[in-house]
Amino acid sequence: MNSTDSTLRAILQDVLGLSAERVAAFDASTGLFGDLPELDSMAVAGLLTEIEDRLDIVIEDDEVDGELLESYGNLLVFLEGKVAQSQLG
Amino acid sequence: MIAAWPCPGPSGQCEEYAQAFDRARQRRILIVPALFDEANRMRRMVVDAMRLLDAAGIDTFLPDLPGCNESAQSFTAQSVHGWRVAMEHASRHFRASHVLALRGGALIHPGTLPGWALEPAKGPTIMRQLLRARTIAARESGRHEDSAALLEQGRTKGLELAGYRLGASLIAGMQDALPQIEGQRIIAQSELGGGGLWLRAEPAAAPDQSAALARRIVTDMGA
Repeated sequence: MNSTDSTLRAILQDVLGLSAERVAAFDASTGLFGDLPELDSMAVAGLLTEIEDRLDIVIEDDEVDGELLESYGNLLVFLEGKVAQSQLG
Repeated sequence: MIAAWPCPGPSGQCEEYAQAFDRARQRRILIVPALFDEANRMRRMVVDAMRLLDAAGIDTFLPDLPGCNESAQSFTAQSVHGWRVAMEHASRHFRASHVLALRGGALIHPGTLPGWALEPAKGPTIMRQLLRARTIAARESGRHEDSAALLEQGRTKGLELAGYRLGASLIAGMQDALPQIEGQRIIAQSELGGGGLWLRAEPAAAPDQSAALARRIVTDMGA
């Protein structure tokens, strides 16, 4: 597990109020927005803002679409790309 | 216990409420709530901490912000400045000796009191999150909205965000507001253990966090 992965799991744990074990069991296909009823638009907004803060990246409005939040895997791949980009820049 | 306190508002003098543990003791903490929905998510944790502080011999007061909770004032008429003035009034009315500001509460707490700020939040960060919630909800219902355009519209006409009808002055004020820390001790979430409750999708109690917060305060006050 890389650091972006573990940071994302830690944030999801805080947002969803789940145990570390539950969140550790998330895999690439685990559904997020739409599958987890407590993850409404306000919670997703909090999630993204916290991600920006802890990973020191900026997520633009137009990058946030249904696909991005569809699954844990989609969100993680996107964030890993963002982190790599910010480290290059 | 619910206590009342007099508060000036945009449409005249009003009476606001506060959750209070008041036994006329010397150590009296004004607790300035977090803003918008964060206040709801943190309320149980905070009130549980107030109970523990009461048992430790410390009075606490958690006022409603004008326009919020049971307030008879219009939310849309509020501003950052107005909330700051209101918290000054609450502080004087309850003869607070200390202040505890929660998250965005640090934008409006009476800076002259000693005390604590729990994870102070910047105004623009709070606004960004509210705007983002709106653009995500719009996208979900098949519409496209742009944060920058919404903000521009909000600065002149006001805007509904996360169920709150924010007036133009509140939006403009929030965009520039930074935590006003004047010697208050900053408490990091990591000191309380667990995740910040303002992040939590659903409101919940957190007895360990309440206990850690009360312990920190009792220790600092030498109670």
